[in-house]
Amino acid sequence: MRAVIAEDLFLLRDGLTRLLEAHGVQVTAAVDNGAGLLAAVTADRPDVAIVDVRLPPTFTDEGLRAALAARREAPGLPVLVLSQYVEQIYARELLASGAGGIGYLLKDRVLDGAQFAEAVRRVADGGTAMDPEVIARLVDRSSADGALATLSPREREVLGLMAEGRSNAAIAQRLFITERAVAKHTASIFLRLGLQPSDDDNRRVLAVLAFLDG
Amino acid sequence: MDGRGVPGRVQRTRPWSWIGEGAVAAARGAGLCGLVLPGLILVLALLMPLLLTGLEIGLLVNGPQHWHETDAIVVRIAPVAGLAVSLLLIPAILGAIRGLATLTRRLSGDWCAVPVMDPYLNQPGNGQAGYLGRLRWLADPATRRDGQWLAVSTLGGWILAAVPAGLMLSGLFCLLGTNRGYAAVAMRAVFPGHEPAMLVLLGAACIAAGLWAGPRLLRGYGLLARSMLGPAGQAELALRVAHLAQTRADTIDTGAAEMRRIERDLHDGAQARLVAMGMSLDAADQMLESEPAAARALLAEARESSAKALAELRALVRGIHPPVLADRGLAEAVRALALDLPLRVHFASELPGRPPAPIESAAYFAISELLANVSKHAQTRQAWVDLRHAGGMLRIGVSDDGAGGADQRRGTGLAGIERRLAAFDGVLALSSPPGGPTVVNMEIPCVLSSPKTFSC
Repeated sequence: MRAVIAEDLFLLRDGLTRLLEAHGVQVTAAVDNGAGLLAAVTADRPDVAIVDVRLPPTFTDEGLRAALAARREAPGLPVLVLSQYVEQIYARELLASGAGGIGYLLKDRVLDGAQFAEAVRRVADGGTAMDPEVIARLVDRSSADGALATLSPREREVLGLMAEGRSNAAIAQRLFITERAVAKHTASIFLRLGLQPSDDDNRRVLAVLAFLDG
Repeated sequence: MDGRGVPGRVQRTRPWSWIGEGAVAAARGAGLCGLVLPGLILVLALLMPLLLTGLEIGLLVNGPQHWHETDAIVVRIAPVAGLAVSLLLIPAILGAIRGLATLTRRLSGDWCAVPVMDPYLNQPGNGQAGYLGRLRWLADPATRRDGQWLAVSTLGGWILAAVPAGLMLSGLFCLLGTNRGYAAVAMRAVFPGHEPAMLVLLGAACIAAGLWAGPRLLRGYGLLARSMLGPAGQAELALRVAHLAQTRADTIDTGAAEMRRIERDLHDGAQARLVAMGMSLDAADQMLESEPAAARALLAEARESSAKALAELRALVRGIHPPVLADRGLAEAVRALALDLPLRVHFASELPGRPPAPIESAAYFAISELLANVSKHAQTRQAWVDLRHAGGMLRIGVSDDGAGGADQRRGTGLAGIERRLAAFDGVLALSSPPGGPTVVNMEIPCVLSSPKTFSC
């Protein structure tokens, strides 16, 4: 797997490169600004681009804009956006930029190298990786009005992990239950929320996110 | 806007609302005329001692050769007694004049929608205003202007306020056919044979004119009151200086309190976590060879500490300056804020550019606090936020359809917002009757910068 990194802090850029290479990801370019990212994406055609939200020269949401521009340039390009903070409004913009291959994570998640590499791999495969904090806030907000209140605590937990973009197998491993138990929970969740069940992992994630955002 | 009006905002959608407004204005005008009587008494009372004093001085100067013997004692005592009474009465009259002027100012704000500020200099003794304090009022130019207003309003100003009620009253007489005066005579002369019908027409026209003119003339009366009763010249500057000194002190206090809060949060939060992390790492280092399992547990602990420190720093930064505000400006930041609240926020924004950063930040935190209040106290799941820039002002409306009953004077939240806005000469107006809706309108004078363009 080949990745491009855009991160302006040298220490983090270097650390990310080493972390990914330790997990078998080849880093073809590591740049420190938005324009560099666009050039690297055009030249290298990577499997995934990992982008920091805050980049020079404006140090605002330059990275996010660059990531969206790169996705327009190379449609379907999987993009994983990293940030010191997460905002639902940015998560929305990323999700609206085309189906699949979207990640939005706090920089803290880098601390758990294996989990992070797993998220990178998931995004590169066209899946979704939403930060637990984004999901927690979405759930907090939605639980005020109705349908979510009918879920059991365990089902809520499964819903959260599902919304982050994890597969049944990953959820089972995380909660120490069998995959069949997870499948039972997801079926029940979809029934109670009135969502159309789907075998396709990614379509399932998007349906859940759309529900929470509604 | 999403088609629904902001609750509580005055909207002229009902076609007949002007009738009600006109009637209310006419009644208020008549009420204002009621102030003429005490005013007239005061004018006379003010003039009486002066006349008396003048008379007495005249008598004293002209000397005793004109006095009759029998009058002598009375005339000798009377001037002194009269002078004493005048001197004793003047403070009371000054107090009454000031009271009347203050009442007029308040009514001008409440009834005529023309708020008038207090013009008085901040003299010692203004609060308790004893005998000497009252005499000191004479040095305040505002006292002289109060007197002028008294003269103007009693001599002719009241006519302005009386016209609508007068028009409507005479219109009523015409309608009822009880008018036997000039109108009837004129109608008979101009339209012989049709005068009852013409009188009815004339009456209706008079009432309509009274209703139409009511609010306008009332406003005119308010403006007249402001031109004479409001602060002028030096007094205006003095009040402005006092206001600036107050808001500057408040701003410094708020800033210092904010710094202390940040210091405390860092000290108790991230800083403490980093110390714990360092200790865990040090212990892990020592156990690395002897007890690898324990070392691994300590390392996990250190990692957890770092995650918690990061989370705390993030929360702190959000409280100092929210990232989306820095990235995208006020409108997007409010939109992002709304996404995090358990409220359905109907949001409308018409900002062609960005306000200066400090104002943007003050406005953001004001909206944030108001929306938090809505979700905590209003018992509703809906709120409206409206951002616009007009007339050199950033105008912000935050409203809800909840329980109402919010009070600026109770609780520190709204007063705090008001104080922070005052640093930018911003103002806050609250309307929250029991049962709702609650409407908060804020205005901050500012200019917008042209929208930023990005190369990306």
